[in-house]
Amino acid sequence: MSLVTIGSKPNKGGVAATEGSTVTVPVTKDASQQRQKRMIANHFDRLSTAKEDGKKVAYTFVPGNLTELMGAFEMLPVLPEINALQSGMRGKSGAYISEAERGGHSEDVCSYVKCDIGMLRTGNVGPTGKTLPKPDLLLLSYTGCFTFMKWFELLKAEYDCPVVMLHVPYQADGQITPEMRQYVVDQLKSDVIPQMEQITGRKLDLDKLSEQLGRSRRAEDALVKVWESAQNKPSPIDGYFGGVYYIGPIFSAFRGSEDAVAYYEELLAEVDERIKTGEGPMTPAGVMNNQKYRLVVEGPPSWTHFNEFWNMFSNEGAIAVASTYTRVGGLYDQGFRHDPQDPLGTLADYCLGCYTNRSLPSRIDLLEKYIKSYSADGFLINSVKSCNSFSAGQLMILRELEKRTGVPGAFVESDLVDPRYFGKANIENRLQSYLQMLEARRLGNIASSGSSPAVIGSAP
Amino acid sequence: MTAEPSETYTDPAAAVLRRAQALVADYGTAPVKAWKDKNPGALAVGHLPIYTPRALLEAIGVLPVAIYGAGDKDIIRGDSYFQSYICHIPRSTIELGLTGMLDSLDGMIFPAICDVIRNLSGMWQMLFPQKWAAYLDLPQNFRPEVGGRFYQLELKRMARELHARGAKALTDEGLRAAIKDENRRRVALDKLAALRRDASWRVPASEAYLVTRAGGAISAREHAALVEEYVAAADMRTGQPKDNVRVVLVGSFCEQPPFGLIKSLERAGCDIISDDLQLGLDYLEGMIDEAGSPLDALVAAFLHKGKATASRYIGEGTKGAALLAQVKRAKADGVIFAAASFCDPALLDQPMLEAACEGAGVPFTSFKYAENTGQFQVIREQAGAFSDAVRLWESAA
Repeated sequence: MSLVTIGSKPNKGGVAATEGSTVTVPVTKDASQQRQKRMIANHFDRLSTAKEDGKKVAYTFVPGNLTELMGAFEMLPVLPEINALQSGMRGKSGAYISEAERGGHSEDVCSYVKCDIGMLRTGNVGPTGKTLPKPDLLLLSYTGCFTFMKWFELLKAEYDCPVVMLHVPYQADGQITPEMRQYVVDQLKSDVIPQMEQITGRKLDLDKLSEQLGRSRRAEDALVKVWESAQNKPSPIDGYFGGVYYIGPIFSAFRGSEDAVAYYEELLAEVDERIKTGEGPMTPAGVMNNQKYRLVVEGPPSWTHFNEFWNMFSNEGAIAVASTYTRVGGLYDQGFRHDPQDPLGTLADYCLGCYTNRSLPSRIDLLEKYIKSYSADGFLINSVKSCNSFSAGQLMILRELEKRTGVPGAFVESDLVDPRYFGKANIENRLQSYLQMLEARRLGNIASSGSSPAVIGSAP
Repeated sequence: MTAEPSETYTDPAAAVLRRAQALVADYGTAPVKAWKDKNPGALAVGHLPIYTPRALLEAIGVLPVAIYGAGDKDIIRGDSYFQSYICHIPRSTIELGLTGMLDSLDGMIFPAICDVIRNLSGMWQMLFPQKWAAYLDLPQNFRPEVGGRFYQLELKRMARELHARGAKALTDEGLRAAIKDENRRRVALDKLAALRRDASWRVPASEAYLVTRAGGAISAREHAALVEEYVAAADMRTGQPKDNVRVVLVGSFCEQPPFGLIKSLERAGCDIISDDLQLGLDYLEGMIDEAGSPLDALVAAFLHKGKATASRYIGEGTKGAALLAQVKRAKADGVIFAAASFCDPALLDQPMLEAACEGAGVPFTSFKYAENTGQFQVIREQAGAFSDAVRLWESAA
């Protein structure tokens, strides 16, 4: 056992520093975590020497990312969203956002975008302290978020490189139609692949792509088992705060790699071991065996106060058994797997199926399913100001879920990486009141039917 | 919304302005009712900003009805569906729906504009399950064989679904006739734009806005006639040019500013020569081809003639080039960026457009509003200061 921190903050002799508080806890870092850390460090090392090594760099987004395709061309991805959230966790996003706002960006819009612009204008230094290379390509996968399009229009003005757009239609009626699928495949053939071929100077090797997709499938199989392990009591994982670490490799640069397969198989083995021993997951406050409340969480975390937010849960014995944020880069637990036999079609299915590309009714169906299949006591919506893709309609999600399941919901508001929008006392009070209400319901003091849902937050 | 005739009762445009005023009253419900009375059993379908191919709807006997939110109506139920940091138009649209103001509509189309309108489409499906609701995924790939093919299939799907609900079947003949009407509207709106450029003192922006918006719930043919009548009447006005600055107004393409705000800008000495208000009725630059396959022509018009606006991906050329061309065409002295609060497309676009203006030496100012903004004094002062500064700058140059 050693004193280390969960998360991306540097290990400072067991001091888990969060914005506003300092907590010292004994935390064991699992082998899979150490592996992930090495993978990320190696990736940023590769990025830092990409130009010297003759590697081409593509900036792209998490939802609907084409990692296997980039891998087939040996391109290195940079994910501005990940850079932004890392900046948030390192306490740098506030200054970056201010820098962007001084440059004329509105306080009303996505803080990921402003954080990225601010970081760019102050040297574009990545999370490992090394300068990120300029892109050779801006790969604009327009999946589930309109802001992505504006984001890369903004970056286009900053970099002298081509932009290629992949427009992924929205699943407005809750299904992927053959027309949508064909449209995405057509764009891959007519725009995306030719652009990558031109930049890298090589033809697409479909066999190589299929090999990558086969490895993606193996990693996805393991990840789904990790998610489903939360059906155990106690849960061996935290499916939201812990979950964001689990999705790191598969949502970013590593899907399709041997590294990713090794990571997920190792992670699954650790989870299986915890199931055998009846042990809960590691949290910033230590191993969480006392699991009083099982919650499903909708919405992204607040990265600037990540550990603080997590501590609010773990201090009260609340564990997230499932979350939707951990599905933005792929809904594998609903059956999708990359198919090596149909390389382009499967990339289309993947892009079309990401969580925020699903209609609001489909999102509600999914949350209802999670609440029931994970035997949740409640659900919490963290509504972030920055992200209308997630947030618009969340109050309807709240009321509809309560109606359908009889399970009460909580609603808190914060932001992705703008520290000005994290009201610690407000959120903590709401969460504590909500959990007390769950406790009272459990004791029979409040009717448990859906007829009188107890709602914390700003819901009507 | 009320429009004040700019001149006395002898104004040659007074009568047509009164008719336009009646058409926009009560969110356009009167013309919808009149149309339904005249066409029993026919459908009327609402559509949110920005662009919906209204000609397709008219071709199948459906009345397209532009929905621009509820203006300054008190919002009671709609607010409970959205957090405070989301723009106003979705909450006021829901308010209209829940209070029965849209009962005469048989369906709604939510064109791709932003994540809020997109998610609103799903909310609408749940709130009004008995009504038809469609999300129109406008393509961001502008190759005819790729984005065009997808868009054509989207249009056919919509026509098929509406046909199943009682609309006429889509035919080449019907669509050709609707395109002809749409082109007539295009010609009329171009004449209006030309008069604004050449004799802005005869066409206040507030009137141009009213006359354009009046087309939201009538057919293209009727609207073309109304605009033509207004242009002819306004052109008869006498009077002298005012010592105002000429501006282009940008960013108000979805949630509309209050009518009083447009008037306030005028009173502050800004002649709005060109704008992106009512973009849905004025989206295409040029005519839809009347030869060949009409569906191909409708699709091609969107792909190749759609105006550069924030919800449309600008893959080719320089961001802001279209705005500078608009400024040049309008012989404008400056640009006013007026975006609805929390409007992602407009506000994310704005720094790029401002940079283009800076690069070209075009002065600009910016502010935000909501459709229910009630106080215009601060904006009027800001616009007045901008107008003065532009005049001083010009005289010093």
